[in-house]
Amino acid sequence: MAESGKIDPMHQFAIEPLFGTDHWSLGGFNIAFTNSALYMVLAAVVLWVFVIGGMKRELVPGRWQMAVEYMTGFIKNLLVANIGDKGRKYIPYVFSLFMFILLANLLGLLPLGLIGMHPFTFTSHFTATGVLAIMSFSIVLIVGFYKHGFHFFSLFVPHGTPIAMVVPLFFIELVSFMVRPFSLGLRLFVAMTAGHVLLKVLAGFVINSANASPALGFTVGTASFILMIGISALEMLVAVIQAYVFALLTSVYLNDAENLH
Amino acid sequence: MPQIAQIADTYSSQIFWLLLTFGLVFFVIGLGMVPKVQGTADARDAKISGDLDAAKAAFARADEAEADYRTRDAASRAAAQATLAKAKSEAAKASEVRLAAADAVVAEKIAAAEARIKGASDAAMTQIETVAADAARDMVARISGVEASDDAARNAVKAALAHG
Repeated sequence: MAESGKIDPMHQFAIEPLFGTDHWSLGGFNIAFTNSALYMVLAAVVLWVFVIGGMKRELVPGRWQMAVEYMTGFIKNLLVANIGDKGRKYIPYVFSLFMFILLANLLGLLPLGLIGMHPFTFTSHFTATGVLAIMSFSIVLIVGFYKHGFHFFSLFVPHGTPIAMVVPLFFIELVSFMVRPFSLGLRLFVAMTAGHVLLKVLAGFVINSANASPALGFTVGTASFILMIGISALEMLVAVIQAYVFALLTSVYLNDAENLH
Repeated sequence: MPQIAQIADTYSSQIFWLLLTFGLVFFVIGLGMVPKVQGTADARDAKISGDLDAAKAAFARADEAEADYRTRDAASRAAAQATLAKAKSEAAKASEVRLAAADAVVAEKIAAAEARIKGASDAAMTQIETVAADAARDMVARISGVEASDDAARNAVKAALAHG
């Protein structure tokens, strides 16, 4: 994007310490309260407010309570479908994971730039998605070894494997298992990054073509703007789908840990 | 790409704040609030299925009661019909007996009346014969001047009456 001049589509991912907290540290590590941390707190607060509306515990629910119960019921069905009734105990974790990622994705898409603020999507940082992925993977490992001990390794040797294939298949399955946290974390990071870059690049087209000449502004600019509207809608869908994929894959992996194959 | 360019400066802050916020989300919302929300939904589902079961049981009881009612209804109808038939036949018998008694009384009265009528008509016949015989004797005496005997006149009247 050399020709886009001052518009840098990657600048939106830059992390900046806020409120002069850049010198905060804990045990020698920097823990500055950044714009990323702000959006994490916002996601947590919005989720908290959302769930409070579901705490009325009425037999006949209102709209808000119905919405919250729909989300918990959605996660419950996901876990029961993948793991069975044993999956109910993971509802708190998977619900937290799904809603936290979903709100992070959606808050990052808010058109706050219109009022001069800079929305930030912390799920477009693999330092954040990686922590979530490692957390899910650790839970799978802990549950798997706690429930099945060393028998958990039988996960890497599917039923009916010929004896000669056991050793090579074990390593193939081991690699595919070890890749899971990376695929989990990178998928979310890549999807969010790509969508936001695309939106910024198209926005740059609109501005730069209008600056170049009215004719270019009407043709390229209008076309880019129409495309942006469509892609914004697509990004909302991606925000939901990526959160769902993260929760779905976590529950699929938890199923391996709970039930082996 | 800031994600990579800034990683050395920001990874500790990112991990710290993510663990802090997600930890709060998990412990406060996930463990503290979600089970209550889900518990409400589960309780509602249980109540709905419980109510449905109760309604089904009530339906079965109602069907049972209706079947019971139908059998009892049929039984009491049969009993009523039996009672009715019995009462009818008893009434018929009683009325037959009274009818027979009344018939006898009526027949007696008719017989007595007939006997009285017969007596009266016999007496009248006798008087007619006497009157006719006197008249015949008068007629014979006037026409022929012969005094007819009483027996002869009487025989002639009897013969004339017998011929109509």
